[in-house]
Amino acid sequence: MEIMDKPLTKNIRPDRAFATLADYESTGGYQGLRKALAELQPKDVQQWVKDAGLRGRGGAGFGTGLKWSLVPLDDLSQTRYLIANADEMEPGTFKDRMLLEQDPHQLIEGMIIAAYAIQANRAYIFLRGEYHVAKLRLEHALLEAKSKGYLGEHVLDSEFSLDIVLHTGAGRYICGEETALLNALEGKRATPRAKPPFPLVSGLWGKPTVVNNVETLCNVPHILNYGVEWYQGLARGVDKGTKLFGASGRVKNPGLWELPMGTPIREIIEQHAGGMRDGYKLRGFLPGGASTDFLLPEHLDMVMDFEAVAKAGSRMGTGVIIVLDDQTCPVKMVLNLEQFFAQESCGWCTPCRDGLPWTVALLKGIIAGKGRIEDLDTLAGLTRMLGPGNTFCALAPGAMEPLQSALKYFREDFERYIAMEPVQ
Amino acid sequence: MNEPIFEGLSLAEIREINAEMSHYENKTAVSIEALKIVQKHRRWVSDPCLIAVAELLDISPAQLEGVATFYNLIYRQPVGKTVIHYCNSVTCWMLGSDQVGESLCRHLNVELGEMSADGEYTILPIVCLGACDHAPVVMVGNELRLDITEDAVNGILGR
Repeated sequence: MEIMDKPLTKNIRPDRAFATLADYESTGGYQGLRKALAELQPKDVQQWVKDAGLRGRGGAGFGTGLKWSLVPLDDLSQTRYLIANADEMEPGTFKDRMLLEQDPHQLIEGMIIAAYAIQANRAYIFLRGEYHVAKLRLEHALLEAKSKGYLGEHVLDSEFSLDIVLHTGAGRYICGEETALLNALEGKRATPRAKPPFPLVSGLWGKPTVVNNVETLCNVPHILNYGVEWYQGLARGVDKGTKLFGASGRVKNPGLWELPMGTPIREIIEQHAGGMRDGYKLRGFLPGGASTDFLLPEHLDMVMDFEAVAKAGSRMGTGVIIVLDDQTCPVKMVLNLEQFFAQESCGWCTPCRDGLPWTVALLKGIIAGKGRIEDLDTLAGLTRMLGPGNTFCALAPGAMEPLQSALKYFREDFERYIAMEPVQ
Repeated sequence: MNEPIFEGLSLAEIREINAEMSHYENKTAVSIEALKIVQKHRRWVSDPCLIAVAELLDISPAQLEGVATFYNLIYRQPVGKTVIHYCNSVTCWMLGSDQVGESLCRHLNVELGEMSADGEYTILPIVCLGACDHAPVVMVGNELRLDITEDAVNGILGR
């Protein structure tokens, strides 16, 4: 049955219309919340989500139930916040947009349950400013939810109260980084914060704060409604549940599909995306957004699980694949990616602020035929200097992932430019 | 009528900015919303407006300027009635966003960021708009346009 196989997208329609409150309720909507409030303590809800094995869908894959359980609940008079990270801006990623635009109540129910689990009475949706349709539909859905008693004082006549505020951003990739997001929400430049303290203990305005990705929160109502065993049974691999996977680039049928965790990449690219467009061959792919390492056709039989993709040398990231065809130059593609990261760097720490423009300059020189073979060593050195452990946040290390893998897999393309006479 | 201290702003703007304050713990947090409100009314944020907003929010103009210049969607110079953002991130780039941007600029005879002579348009690049299955895409004002071709560029500009 469709509802049971595809919990996240059961209300998604081909015409891109959105599910109203009545539509949402007719397919089991808000039943998970009713169960949580009537039968479960906050700690029980955390345990259910932990047992289900839900891992964050924003890219890092941190255990959601574990994250919630780290929020101090001893002083119930203390303010706590829940934030839905709807700042989808990872190049090549378009999954949260669909959930936000077409089934806004699913996110709202997930947020109410999550807020109950951490006993937060105020929640924010941090929506990127460009998602205008999502803004209008969320505003409408929030009013609907309030009018039916799902939000506000005494949710469904329980002791629990919750307000959700919709905040729209003004555009900057770094806002998706959770501590930078907190600064943006506080009305400041979105520079990341040093950790510790972690937001779970000291986040928004210094209060314990959980930041969860949209798709992550959309899983929560179904875990509560249909149970842990059902949720675990959805997957084909090690990780649990379903996930929105997608593909873009020169494939026949670019798009987004809700599939079991553990689905082989070959199935996503060849069956769902219909394979390559006529006249094009698959050269490689980024499995989960701009900040993941390239993989090759030889990796097609790998499954979409966090550990499996890591073992192949990349990351599942957002799970939305960017396909590199045989007629797109991988060096120019990497230049496009690095220009994005250099522009979107917040400038807070030196490796990122200075290293990314340097990377861009080297790549531009190589493409112009002015490169030297030593430049490839310099680029490799940059992938280490901008790598994990040297920066405040994951932007620069993420930026280095496509570069380091391109140097490994497409070295002959770099060398061909270097052997060529300078252009002009 | 207006308190002189906020003379850079209209009453409507002040009212909308004040209404946002109940959603946050302090006035500083309203900075981004306030700049967006000013922009909704005036298309861009001029120096006098920036100073007035800073006064309204009890923060220094320098701090607010730091915020205003940080974000891609806050404009500190005049823009046309409609800002057209074309996505230049990876999938759109692969499928022809450079040509889309060049074509838009050529039709209007403008450089990126410049206002067209009739004051109607400004063209700006933007990062991934999250519609990569329909690349290349552009955003005309608030409206997303998918699967952009050379003909579609004419349609966008109403020619």
